[in-house]
Amino acid sequence: MSVEATSTRSRSDARPRRPLPRIDPRYVPLAATISLFLAMAAAGSVLYDGFFAPQVFLNLLIDNAFLCIVAVGMTFVILTGGIDLSVGAVLALTTMISAQLVERNGVSPWLVMPLVLAIGALFGAAQGYLVQRFRLQPFIVTLAGMFLARGLCYLISTESISITHPVYSAIAQARVRLGGNASLSVSAVIALAVVLCGMWLAHATRFGRTVYAIGGGEASAQLMGLPVGATVIRVYMLSGFCSALGGVVMTFYMLSGYSLHALGLELDAIAAVVIGGTLLTGGFGYVIGTLFGVLILGIIQTLIVFDGTLSSWWTRIAVGVLLFAFCLLQRLFEARRS
Amino acid sequence: MRGERTEREPGQRARWSAQPLFWPAVTLAALLAISALVNPSFLRLEWVDGHLQGSLIDVVNRAAPLMLVSVGMTLVIAIRGLDISVGAVLAISAAVAAVLIGGSLDAGTAVQTSRFPMSVAIAGALGVAMLCGLWNGLLVVKTGMQPIVATLILMVAGRGIAQLITDGRIVTLYYSPYFYIGNGFLLGLPFAFCCAALVALAVHVALTRTALGLFIRSIGSNPVAARVAGVRAPLITVALYVFSALTAGVAGLIISSNVKSADGNNAGLFMELDAILAVALGGTPLTGGRFSLAGTLIGALILQTLTSMIYASGVPPEVNMVVKAALVFAVMLLQSPEFRALVRRVAFRRDAESA
Repeated sequence: MSVEATSTRSRSDARPRRPLPRIDPRYVPLAATISLFLAMAAAGSVLYDGFFAPQVFLNLLIDNAFLCIVAVGMTFVILTGGIDLSVGAVLALTTMISAQLVERNGVSPWLVMPLVLAIGALFGAAQGYLVQRFRLQPFIVTLAGMFLARGLCYLISTESISITHPVYSAIAQARVRLGGNASLSVSAVIALAVVLCGMWLAHATRFGRTVYAIGGGEASAQLMGLPVGATVIRVYMLSGFCSALGGVVMTFYMLSGYSLHALGLELDAIAAVVIGGTLLTGGFGYVIGTLFGVLILGIIQTLIVFDGTLSSWWTRIAVGVLLFAFCLLQRLFEARRS
Repeated sequence: MRGERTEREPGQRARWSAQPLFWPAVTLAALLAISALVNPSFLRLEWVDGHLQGSLIDVVNRAAPLMLVSVGMTLVIAIRGLDISVGAVLAISAAVAAVLIGGSLDAGTAVQTSRFPMSVAIAGALGVAMLCGLWNGLLVVKTGMQPIVATLILMVAGRGIAQLITDGRIVTLYYSPYFYIGNGFLLGLPFAFCCAALVALAVHVALTRTALGLFIRSIGSNPVAARVAGVRAPLITVALYVFSALTAGVAGLIISSNVKSADGNNAGLFMELDAILAVALGGTPLTGGRFSLAGTLIGALILQTLTSMIYASGVPPEVNMVVKAALVFAVMLLQSPEFRALVRRVAFRRDAESA
């Protein structure tokens, strides 16, 4: 039966059939990202002693939890064809507000956390409103948002405020045991939950389908009767919320609020999304790809640390090279599609 | 120096306000007036040691790098491009110049010799900057990437490259002839400002005396039509990215000479944002096609005047970022047709209600 089917495939077009040995072209960028990650992990394991340990890989997630959370929000923005440059600044502002309220004003952390998340979401929604209502370029709006958020940080304090509240240090030290000596931090668990929620939102909800439709073509999405305006605002709101959540996670990680936290995070987040296979023109990409993008950025740093002879700035150069390679791949992919 | 812009006949107001340069000029004049009111010595110019001295001179001197970069940015934006790598290119150029000149302390006294002649160092720095621009331009033209993506690559990698060149250190310079670029005076004016003015003038001449200005406008307003009409868009696009990087390179020389060091991490940080802001403040739409060189220069001066005002007023300088953000929001909204329509609608409704 199967032999017959393969032999007649080339002649009969009546039943379109996916050629078996090739992967669906839609999964090519994702497959490239995942194979790159596996290749880097394999190379690291071969080259360096002690690299191939569960905790090394779990640390990728622990050390990059905030980047992962922010990048998931960024994925949605980029899927609509927009961009959010304010994420790093909103994250810093969140750490600043948290530190100020908890340490200097003595507000309960359980009140502060929902409050900062709401502030982040509101900040994002305001940017989305400007983008949507006044047809402003997302790039410029979020650039101004970035200035505003960093400026507000400085207004709170130019110095770093350390957080000593017991709730924060307890969460920072809590570990989820995974058998053996391996463990995950609370932040990493939150990051994984965000990735799962992101996948659900993108692939199983009406919101997600509208996001992809807007990225594919805003005018056609509008003509299809989809709620374009509301969705665009919600996407920026989601990104603002994720940035604030990244900020909360950052306060667990650094135990301080500082206006210079996450300087340049927006670039890392965009790089993670692009390396994860999401088209910067919008309409195509997977949230799970972003997770692997973040892991690749993390593994570059880990490789450089394990090597010991390479200096830290090689990270930036390596990320630039990867960005270049993946942008080229995207162009090839687009050219083949059209 | 720009005081004449405030003296305007009332009857000419309607005609003047239609000029694209009107609002940027009014903004600058207002800022200068406020500065002069708060600090009466702000507008005073003195002739000291063979050059002019005063707050105004300080403003134009400090604005020079931004003016240079913004001129390059204006042309790139005019062809619907964007160059967000200028800050990184600036850092690279400063790093190359610093390493080529070198500098060391010998028993506490500065060694006054440079590793290579200064002309070689300057040519090297500018050459590397132009290579960066060539890379950006070729990426945009050959691969068809969006300009923001193409230049993002260098923006991310550039600071790493700058640190690679300086070996991760902040290189301190001790070679005094090099300090002339950022601190010297030519004909009584800061050399850096003369440099920026000269570049702006050269660009102005090139745009008005040759067909280049026409080509740039045609590529920006309709790339397809421009190509069909025989404009060599790819060549011009690459050339403009190279020019943009070159201006960033010159700005890098000025900044490194001014602060007598090259810092791969912080030299020209946020310069791309300031340059885009200066271009937008000057009335150039970010959608391409139309541009105003003079507007951009005024935009850069507005930003620097604002910064100087904030520093002088005793408010924490960090407020600067909030003010800049407010400015961008205001300029963006004023440029948005939707916002103007909304304002008009609200205004009309008021009129209708009051009538």
